Amino acid sequence: MDVTLTVNGAQQTLQLDDPRVSLLDALRQRLDLTGTKKGCDHGQCGACTVIVNGRRINSCLTLAVMHDGDEITTIEGIGTPDNLAPLQRAFIKHDGFQCGYCTPGQIVSATAMLEELRQGWPSQLTGDLGAADLTDEEIRERMSGNICRCSCYPNIVDAIRDAAGETGSQAGGQPGARLAAEGAA
Amino acid sequence: MRQFDYSRAASPADAIGTDARIIAGGTNLLDLMKLQVETPDRLIDVNHVGLDRIERDGDGVRIGALVRNADCAADETVRRDWPLLSHAILAGASPQLRNRASTGGNLMQRTRCYYFYDLDAPCNKREPGSGCGAIGGINRIHAILGASESCIATYPGDMAVAMSALDAVVEVEGPNGRRDIPATEFHRLPGDTPERDNTLEPGEMILSVRLPAPLGGRHIYRKVRDRRSYAFALVSVAAVVAMDGGRMSNVRLAFGGVAHKPWRVPEAEALLEGQAPAPDLFDRAAEAVLDGARGQGHNDFKIPLLRRTLSAVLAEATEGAE
Repeated sequence: MDVTLTVNGAQQTLQLDDPRVSLLDALRQRLDLTGTKKGCDHGQCGACTVIVNGRRINSCLTLAVMHDGDEITTIEGIGTPDNLAPLQRAFIKHDGFQCGYCTPGQIVSATAMLEELRQGWPSQLTGDLGAADLTDEEIRERMSGNICRCSCYPNIVDAIRDAAGETGSQAGGQPGARLAAEGAA
Repeated sequence: MRQFDYSRAASPADAIGTDARIIAGGTNLLDLMKLQVETPDRLIDVNHVGLDRIERDGDGVRIGALVRNADCAADETVRRDWPLLSHAILAGASPQLRNRASTGGNLMQRTRCYYFYDLDAPCNKREPGSGCGAIGGINRIHAILGASESCIATYPGDMAVAMSALDAVVEVEGPNGRRDIPATEFHRLPGDTPERDNTLEPGEMILSVRLPAPLGGRHIYRKVRDRRSYAFALVSVAAVVAMDGGRMSNVRLAFGGVAHKPWRVPEAEALLEGQAPAPDLFDRAAEAVLDGARGQGHNDFKIPLLRRTLSAVLAEATEGAE
């Protein structure tokens, strides 16, 4: 069966002879996009996070055949070594990793998380379900789907807060966005 | 994962009345298929059949089966009129999972009992007649209410607990037409057929969940668990309480993590209805909820935990309200 995916802006058609191929394995093994990592392969660690049609999901818990016609952004589409995204720069600046295995998932997840915040999505910490401020607690809660076994969490939170401040001026005018970004540079 | 045939449904009719297993978000089903706990021969993908809107229905709303959990929780109308549902959904899983998991699929998610997941262990739910590893085994997360000698598994979700409290109705369609199932009757007790999680019949598909008119009042979903985020409930309490002249009204309570289905006890709600809030009254309501409760050893703590959590929730719901 043919599956056409638009990955990081480029349309690609894959011939799959087995419907069991996860989106994660299709990206890594068929498209050689190995930035997306396989951690637990059961949706628990977040290392495989990609953005599909604007939403962050676990690519290990979905079949490639289910995504015919979908638009996918992987870490390779977020930034490149020559042109780092603000979150990538912030992770380097704040030392937001040790082994680095979870980092692509963290950065892809945080990219989508900041967009969710701009759209005014609540979290379980958002008591009145209104628009949330980007407090450290909200960052931790909204990033709970990404595990870091080196436990670099404090620096990851610092990096995300910093990067959100950098892009906050673009988001500030949009409804629901109240990026406090306290302590941001 | 075992081999299976895959097809994509263009409309609900393609999936209704077939013996294929319906896949929506797939966040639970594919996990179980990787472990070979689930081994369907055929999958039918319903992600493109529509049913992905939240629409007005009289004074209530109709939530399509394919509405993603994240969209349901963030919906302006749900947030305003049924905040209990938003709170419950946001208390569950991770953002990535909520972006993918659907309303119908969330209702269909299976227990997280360790023995259900372990192919080497006996489990009457996975393999009827093989026994129950949890009874007399490690049973910290298991049921204290409504369990049977065949199965002490719990329904693990949060969304359905809120839906039970809100008197939601699950709209399904099968080969013999459409029918409504009250959310409180969608999941079932295990009895001697724990392989059946719910009352959906073969060939039926969930089309939507209907929420009746808003109840007003305060909505609280309190989930007690081992980790602050991204963990299943040990005990959860869904509560709606309005205050009228210093007395409680429109009381709705439902409990998660304690039984094979969201647990609702109308007698406990009736004890509170029309009464002024008081700690001893909260205790009596908890006693009514816990009527017949029985620990399995490791989960004995859930009995006092439920009592205390309910008291705390009722105190919060009524504090400072007139």
